[in-house]
Order: sequence, then C-alpha cells, then structure tokens
Amino acid sequence: MKGVKGKVWRFGDHVDTDQIIPAERLTSDNNDKLGTFAFEKVRPEMVKLVNPGDVIVAGRNFGCGSSREHAPRALLQMGISCVVAESYARIFYRNCINTGLLPVECHVDADDGDVLSVDLSKGIIINQTKGKEWRFAPFPKFVQDLMDKGGLMAKIKEEKRCKK
Amino acid sequence: PVRDKIVLVPDHFVPNKDVASAKQAKEMRDFAKRWGIKNYFEVGRGGVCHQVMLDNGFAYPGALVVGADSHTCTYGGVNAFATGVGSSEAAAVFATGQLWFKVPGSIRVLLKGRPSKYVGGKDLVLKLISDIGVDGATYKTLEFGGTGVSSLTVSDRLSVSNMAIEAGGKAGIFPCDAATVAYMKTVRKDGFNAALPDDGASYERTLEYDLSGLESMVALPHLPSNGKAARDVGVQIDQAYLGSCTNGRIEDLRLAAEIMRGRKVHRDVRMVIVPASVKVFDQAMSEGLLLEFSKAGAFVSGPTCGACLGGHMGILAPGERCVSSTNRNFIGRMGHRDSEVYLAGPAVVAASAITGRITDPRDLEAVQ
Repeated sequence: MKGVKGKVWRFGDHVDTDQIIPAERLTSDNNDKLGTFAFEKVRPEMVKLVNPGDVIVAGRNFGCGSSREHAPRALLQMGISCVVAESYARIFYRNCINTGLLPVECHVDADDGDVLSVDLSKGIIINQTKGKEWRFAPFPKFVQDLMDKGGLMAKIKEEKRCKK
Repeated sequence: PVRDKIVLVPDHFVPNKDVASAKQAKEMRDFAKRWGIKNYFEVGRGGVCHQVMLDNGFAYPGALVVGADSHTCTYGGVNAFATGVGSSEAAAVFATGQLWFKVPGSIRVLLKGRPSKYVGGKDLVLKLISDIGVDGATYKTLEFGGTGVSSLTVSDRLSVSNMAIEAGGKAGIFPCDAATVAYMKTVRKDGFNAALPDDGASYERTLEYDLSGLESMVALPHLPSNGKAARDVGVQIDQAYLGSCTNGRIEDLRLAAEIMRGRKVHRDVRMVIVPASVKVFDQAMSEGLLLEFSKAGAFVSGPTCGACLGGHMGILAPGERCVSSTNRNFIGRMGHRDSEVYLAGPAVVAASAITGRITDPRDLEAVQ
C-alpha cells in the first residue's frame, strides 16, 4: 500500500452521502464525472481547488445515509484517495474498501490547508503543518490485498478467471 | 439459480424523469433481458423496490436479503435479516450468489403498551433515533421485542425497520408473530422459518419504550435524529409529501384519508401523495381514497420514489419547507440547499396539509 500526502479538507460530524454527491447526479452517464458534483450543495468551490493526493479529515460517522457507491467514487474521481475520520457509517466504509478509497479511522487535529501525510503500512499520520503525529491500526491484510488489486470487482474477475 | 434470486425494480427516477434517467432505466431493462432475470418489475407493474419486494413475498421471516439501497433494512419488519450494500457488492452477489458478513452485535429494544390513535411506527423510530443519534446503532442490529410488538401493525413495524439505517444500524429486526404470519399469507405461497432469539441471548444494551406514552414526532432539518414532539414545532409549510418505502402503504393512506375527510388541503400548501407500489395504488383506488385525496386538493401520483431523494414529483425551491413521510432530511435532500424537510408520520403530514403548518393531529379539532 502506498502512502498519501496532501492538503487537508476539514469536515465535521455526520457528513452524509447527499452532501458528498446529490441523488439527482446518480445517472449512469455521470459515471466518469461524479467528481465534478462532489459536495456541490455544501462546499461548491472544493472541486475546483482540490489537488490529487489531498486528504479529507472528518469527525464522526462520515458517509452516513445512502448505500450509493457513487459517494466514494466521486471522492476518488475528485482526486481524494484517502479520508481520515473519527468513525464511518458502515455501508460507506465497505464501499470505500470495495472501490479503493482508503477509509482511515483516527481522530486527528487538522485544519483546512494543513499538510497531512499518511503512512499506510506503518499506520502513522503526521500533520506536517502542526508538527503532530498519530498512530492507527493498519488495515487487515485481506483489505490491503483487495485495495491493491483495485477493489472488489477486480478481485471477483480475477477469481472467476482462475476458476476457468 | 442465482438469477432467480435477483429482483430488479426501476424506482428512483421513474417514470423516466429526463434523458439521463431514461438511458439508465434502459440499461437495467436490457440487463434483465440479456441475463434472463425474470423478477424485473417494469413501470406500471412495480413501484418503490422495497414495497414491491414485500408485495411479492420476496421478503419473509428468516430470509437473508441484501439490496443496492440502504433502506433494504425495511424487511426486518417481517423478521428477515436485510441490509443495504453498494453497487459492487450487489454485482458480486449476482456473480457468485454469496457475500461475506461480520455478524453485528445486537441492541435490544423492548416495547410495551399500545400507541394512541394517530401515533405509529414512524413516531417510535423518530423517537428512538433522536435518543441514540444517527450513529447510535452503527454496525449493530436493532432487535425489537416485548409485549408492545403486538400492538404495532406489520406496516408500523416496516416503518421502524426502514429507518434502522438512519441510526447507522446494519439491520432492524422484529419477531415473527401471528400478525406476521397473517401478512405473509397474503403475499407468499411458500413457507419460511422464522428467526427468534435464543433464550438467554446476550445484547450489548437494552432500550425500553412505552408506546402508550409516545407522542407524534417530527425530525427537524437536517438530521433524522433532530426529533421533537409535533406539537412543539409550529412552522409553516409549503408542501406535504405522503409516500415512500417508509410510509407509502395502504395503512398510511387510510389514516391520512380519515384525517382529511370533509377537509381540504390548505390554500398555501401543495400536497403530493405517492402510493409506494401498484398494489397499494390499486387498493387505494378501489377504496375511493385517491378520489378523496384529489377532491381535497392533493396531487396524486403513481408509485415512484419521487421527491424523497430529490428526484422529481415535488422538488423544493430555496426557502421552502416540506413535511414528509420519508426517511431523510439532510441538506438539499428534496431540492435546493436552502430548503427544509421535516420528517413525520402520515397523520402529522395529513394534519399539517390541512392547517398549513406542522400540526399534531390531536390539535386538529381545536384549529378548525
């Protein structure tokens, strides 16, 4: 698993899936441009300013609400590859693992614009701006393998190929 | 075969809302044809997926059901273990017929007493979520029991289970009792094996509710946990919405019709009524309810998810407020980011449609 380093985008508690991507955007011809609508109702400027490698830092229950897999996909397409939140809603958490968006569970101190690095194999987060560090439990091996393969669909396709 | 265990129901943006929705609906239709999925419910023969699942006996006691929609947990009301998953997991189930689960811990919710006339499952679940919070049951099953279960109709139980996800729950399960069995006889020919807790089963925590003391509840914007007694809300509304997998059943429509009988929708309110499936729609029509609603000044729609998720059939402009029998009131859920959704049961929705502001049905006589 690679590491991540980028600018922080700070959110609060209970960031729901309608905030992440509104339902009216969930039609299949948006499948490759979901990122353009991420947070459009609550933080519309973000999509223009995000850089690949930036990190979302959030409070409790990130991703609550719908089962829409479009939510982690929108964040990935926007350039976010990692979220660091105090806790996650359960369907969203599984969807992250299945799509390759890293759902790190850790309570960190970070503000908008801080530079954050996340070392996934060691389980260390560093806020380079504030000079603070935290540890988190690395993902279990099967989760790391799943994400390294490219997610659930890649894994199933590989297994089906092997069975033949 | 796995293909016969798959049920496909276009419901979110149908009848096709625009070209993008039409293309998406066509993808599902073509997929059903290509793979021989016989359980495909076309517009005009279906409705909101969760109601269609119930109407056709696909959800039953002891069943293990997953669905590509978070409100799949609804079927816990008929003693199934049912939970929502994302698209990839649904596809994985199509491909393999299997899925992995971590068995969740359980929170026991013991019910006693009997709710008063206008109070139902929706009020119970709004009270519960306001007590434990939108992450109060994360990764847990809410397991309902106690002597009060029998005073909740199956429809009430479905409303409760439907919103288990709004507390973060993996599932919300009711026991199988005589009412469940009687309901299942109307929708399913095959048998089932009910799932009951073992004697001495252990729970992480136990909550208790006396239905007799429960008041009509409303969840204020913008979280389902922002609960308040309907009597204490007092805001004007622009729209009243009655429908959805939460409260779009015949029982909900009957209760609303009873409250509205002899009355009219307030001149400053638009009321939108959306039966949750063709079965509900036809039943409501044969009972004369749809004509009553229309004569009272409400707009009656065919079955669809409609405005619940900000799709169509009643979107809100900036500054507008809707009292709704749906399940979420997040920012922008039903329209513009500066609109508001107040969640409530069917009786509060109907009473509010009449007065033009959020109203406890008990206060309706006094107001008129």
